[in-house]
Amino acid sequence: MSRTIRATMRGAAPVLAGLAAIGMLAACSQGSATNSDPDPTTADGESGAPVTITYMNFSANGGNEENLQAIADAFTAENPDVTVEIETVAYDDYFTSLQTALAGGTASDTFELNYENFVTYAASGALAELSDVPADVYTPSLLDAFTRDGVQYGLPESFSDVVLFYNKTLFDEAGLDYPTADWTWADEQAAAEALTGGGVWGDYQPVSFHEFYKTLAQAGGQFFTEDGSAVAFDSPEGVAAATWLIDKSGTTMPTEADGAGTPDFDTNLFKEGKLAMWHSGIWMFGALADVEGLEWDIVVEPGDAQSASAMFTNGVVVNAASDQPEASQAWLEYLTSSQTMVDLRISSGWELPPVADEAALSAYLEQTPPQNRQAVFDALESTVLPPVIERQQEMQDILTEELGNAAADRKSVEDALADAAERINALL
Amino acid sequence: MTTALTNRDVDHSPGRSPSTPPARRRPRTRRRTLAWAAFFLAPSLVPLTAFTLIPMISSAWVSLHEWNLISPMSWVGIDNYVNLLGDQRTRAAFSHTLAYIVGYLPLTYIGGLLIALALNAAIPARSLLRSAYFLPVVTSWVVVALVWQWLLNPNSGLVNTVLGALGLPEPGWWTDPTWAMPSIILASAWKDLGFIMVILLAGLQAIPGELYEAARVDGASAWHRFWRLTLPLLSPSTFFVVVISLINGFQVFDQVYVMTAGGPGGATQVVVGEIYDLTFRYGRAGEASALSWLLFAVVLLVTLLQMRGQKRWVTHA
Repeated sequence: MSRTIRATMRGAAPVLAGLAAIGMLAACSQGSATNSDPDPTTADGESGAPVTITYMNFSANGGNEENLQAIADAFTAENPDVTVEIETVAYDDYFTSLQTALAGGTASDTFELNYENFVTYAASGALAELSDVPADVYTPSLLDAFTRDGVQYGLPESFSDVVLFYNKTLFDEAGLDYPTADWTWADEQAAAEALTGGGVWGDYQPVSFHEFYKTLAQAGGQFFTEDGSAVAFDSPEGVAAATWLIDKSGTTMPTEADGAGTPDFDTNLFKEGKLAMWHSGIWMFGALADVEGLEWDIVVEPGDAQSASAMFTNGVVVNAASDQPEASQAWLEYLTSSQTMVDLRISSGWELPPVADEAALSAYLEQTPPQNRQAVFDALESTVLPPVIERQQEMQDILTEELGNAAADRKSVEDALADAAERINALL
Repeated sequence: MTTALTNRDVDHSPGRSPSTPPARRRPRTRRRTLAWAAFFLAPSLVPLTAFTLIPMISSAWVSLHEWNLISPMSWVGIDNYVNLLGDQRTRAAFSHTLAYIVGYLPLTYIGGLLIALALNAAIPARSLLRSAYFLPVVTSWVVVALVWQWLLNPNSGLVNTVLGALGLPEPGWWTDPTWAMPSIILASAWKDLGFIMVILLAGLQAIPGELYEAARVDGASAWHRFWRLTLPLLSPSTFFVVVISLINGFQVFDQVYVMTAGGPGGATQVVVGEIYDLTFRYGRAGEASALSWLLFAVVLLVTLLQMRGQKRWVTHA
């Protein structure tokens, strides 16, 4: 029995189809449907005694803390017996904190998990089974992403994708046309070379696991073999993808010695107007909108053999050890499907709500910047989800380390991928 | 309460009441002495038990299991130890740690000794200099590591700027696998010099001045006085410094975690770094505990060898 869970392009097909539909509908919908706010009253009918439940998360960190608190306050206003205590931890420390808290029996009643790590936690028995989930309010493919062996262990909380951000002023000064959806790697590279110089870098794309599986798909390659028993990225497509990533470093993109890879380095570079093109997620909209004098827009990421955009989804789960499972689930349903949440996520430019109601998303398109918000939904027409296995973190670290070896010329790209393949196959 | 206990103790002491039969009194006195001993030991015994002894015993237990910190533990016997001993990552972690010690120990000892000798002489602003050299010892490792990361930045760091101006080669320091460990050694030596210096300075000051006067009368040169008097008489301090530095060297972690996080390409992954990653990144607490015990065994062995070897070279005055 293979313990590998595949989520390559093929495995993600239903998700892709579902989200493409959202994208198109969001684009033309006039907001005709009314949102049926689910009734989150499971908790207060129960005992009447006031309870406090705890919620730990990473996605509110760095700018959305107040938005999350507002959702919690609205929940308590509707359910006066239930108070939600929020703990927000930076992503880099999140899983260490979570693991330690679970081991020590002090983990919160409810917590957030990204899609990549959900499998590890569901398999370990740390998550409570959810029952009577109001399934029709969620995008079905997103709801399915948080099941394991047919059991619903989590609710989808948000989704987001990665696009190409660009600085319009720098393009204007260089006399270049803005990037378009038809761009390929070659167009991006030509522009990046023309834009680099005089304290300005042309491009920024981390040399990491998360960029590699996506560029692999853009090159037309597969991460795992069809049956998932071994990796398949040590292929000509894999070499093309890795070469595309690492050739930027030191030519059109800052190196590690320049500070690349340190927290917020790329964000600050783009905010300061010293970066022309930036591969980043739509969760950056809010932070960039506040920067005065920065003229920017987005476009779907250029592909190579085909177009492929990274899509991420976060979910929320109930701790199996929680003594307040009903109140916890009521809070999570509110957090993931209430109108308050939808409005807040849309107005703040946070990650998108996972709700099936397309009309809810139409308001998102009416806001600027960026002008080309439609690209957020266009990118969903061909997405790729992260490959997921039980020993996820080890796989990610190995691939990032071997790509780093190739980027620093310590190994050839072919050798680095072959070594990564051998080491990852040993984890499956 | 303390006062009451003290009074009662005094009242019943043998000296005050000679009429009480000694046979009945003695066990009670001993028990009371033990109670007092426990009372005074408690401030260090309780934390030692709670935070060192109990975790040590439970880590031995965990090391015989497979455990991801979340699911229940499952018994695997000595499999974790067997796997670790056959794992190339374990060998790499130990050899990186040894490379660190080989660079770090001579650098701090010789550096610390030179500074101690200089600061033992009658030079101006001696107290100020002593404090200055000790300052890095009491500074947070995170701060020191970040400062050194900046100093040794291959592109914009102060060190390479100076080297470049002198026409010397500019190494890639912590971004280059060859230079990453030397970068960490340099930062560590700078931080720990002050500690070694203080211990050796105390050792130097304990050497009686008459010995030097006698040596001078006998016509010994400065070099002879250092080689035949100072070094042998300093050997107990040297022994202490070497034992402590070796144990600290095997446990090196903070500076590595901040400066390179084990990189580039795993070139600075030390044993404690591997224990950290196994536990908190990969959820393999059983193997991490087993690796902790392997490290403990190595440190114990090295320390025992030193204890045995000290008879040959340590001079006890």
